[in-house]
Amino acid sequence: MRLFDVLGPVMTGPSSSHTAGAVRIGLTARKLLGEQPARAEILLHGSFAATGRGHGTDRALVAGLLGMQPDDENIPRSFALARRAGMQFTVGTINLRGAHPNTAVLRLQGTDGHKLEVMGASIGGGRINICQIDGITTNFGADHDTLIVHNLDTPGHVAAVTTCLSEHNINIATMQLYRSTAGGYAVMVLECDQPIPADIVSQLRRMPGIVKVTSLNL
Amino acid sequence: MAYTSVRDLLNACKTEGSSLDEVILRSDLAESGLTEEESHAQMRHLWQVMTETSRNYRAEDRSASGFAGGDAAKVEQAAAAGLLYSGGYYAQVIAEALKTAECNACMKRIVAAPTAGSCGVLPSVLLPLWRAGTYDEEAICRALYVAAGFGQVVAARATLAGAEGGCQAEVGAASAMAAAALVHLKGGTAEACAEAFSLALTNLEGLVCDPVAGLVELPCIKRNVIGAVNAVSAADMALAGVVGHIPADEVIDAMAEVGAAMSRDLRETGIGGLAGTPTGQAIRDIVTMAGEEE
Repeated sequence: MRLFDVLGPVMTGPSSSHTAGAVRIGLTARKLLGEQPARAEILLHGSFAATGRGHGTDRALVAGLLGMQPDDENIPRSFALARRAGMQFTVGTINLRGAHPNTAVLRLQGTDGHKLEVMGASIGGGRINICQIDGITTNFGADHDTLIVHNLDTPGHVAAVTTCLSEHNINIATMQLYRSTAGGYAVMVLECDQPIPADIVSQLRRMPGIVKVTSLNL
Repeated sequence: MAYTSVRDLLNACKTEGSSLDEVILRSDLAESGLTEEESHAQMRHLWQVMTETSRNYRAEDRSASGFAGGDAAKVEQAAAAGLLYSGGYYAQVIAEALKTAECNACMKRIVAAPTAGSCGVLPSVLLPLWRAGTYDEEAICRALYVAAGFGQVVAARATLAGAEGGCQAEVGAASAMAAAALVHLKGGTAEACAEAFSLALTNLEGLVCDPVAGLVELPCIKRNVIGAVNAVSAADMALAGVVGHIPADEVIDAMAEVGAAMSRDLRETGIGGLAGTPTGQAIRDIVTMAGEEE
């Protein structure tokens, strides 16, 4: 473990998993949506549901959706700040089979009505794992610049996407592939060493068979 | 790379002819890619946040559950009135450990050191010395490198997570890190720092993580106090030349083994120990019901 992981992070209490990690899940979901949500439905599972209020998990998730970092001193006031910013939100509970005990589901809607559902788990020490996007399994820590591509499960999409990244001189750190059913709907998650430029995202969106492209730049 | 044994750390001090804080700093620079200036700036920032947390403490603040807050002020007032056995430095250490841990429960900004649950231990033993002018910020930051270096060895050989090793891995590790820092501040040798570290970790071996209602409040806040005063007594023993006879690395390995043998109910699940007492369960029910009403 690095020195400043043993001493640090600087964070708003009380819990690295239930507060700092929850802020990061909210912040990551906001970045994946590409803007501050107009509406957010927040659902807490497991230990998040049982102890989330006492740990400020609910306020931490809203703070992340508002763009705050885990050390922001306004995290306790996030509900009021969200109302002031015009972000509508609800907080409820959900029972997910087999999910990590510290899991939240965020159903978001952008100002133009586009929707995104993100499931994230806080896995300890403030680290997170984004485990589903729009109902399809993913598995990334949101600590790299990440490109997420939803496409029809037909040949050639991986080659097209990786070629596009290579043409822009972007190096892939890790790559994962998931699909709902054979011939159905598939997701590629590519963690990269460089930020994903907006023109790659728009270029990929125009390709046939690509359903949705989301990028996360840190 | 971070050191994976205290023995290697002590050997590096000997072969390089450097102090503990320098050896630890250099090993991290090689791994993190930070420059020395960036690393020092980051450490100063952590220390400044520790001082701010203490300064921003308010006696009237309460946590969302209503069960945390106000205790540090009680200790300070009683100490000022001469009502306590401990006075001076010791009483201040107790109050500071409560302060930072209460701030954490009240959703204020803290430094996880090494965790949020144990965040009061390390600042509590250093803040009174810094305020009294005994040591300046630079000396304190060097001691923080020593604390972090020992923490890295615990992370490598055992764990710093209560869910894996119980409270001995959080408050126990924080206490051992603080003990080493105190000996370093006083000019003790690297071996004496390691001895203080071992004694502190030894004396909290087996401490379970049994938070009532799963919250970082009861008993976590007061457990920061045992971590803090244990650090001071371990540092004093080491400075006096007392030895524990079991080497630091073996003490860490024993802590890991004890943590693995601990029932899951006693590792941050909020099921066993104090969390499972009738009163602990009643508090959990009150806290949960309050959540449903909102």
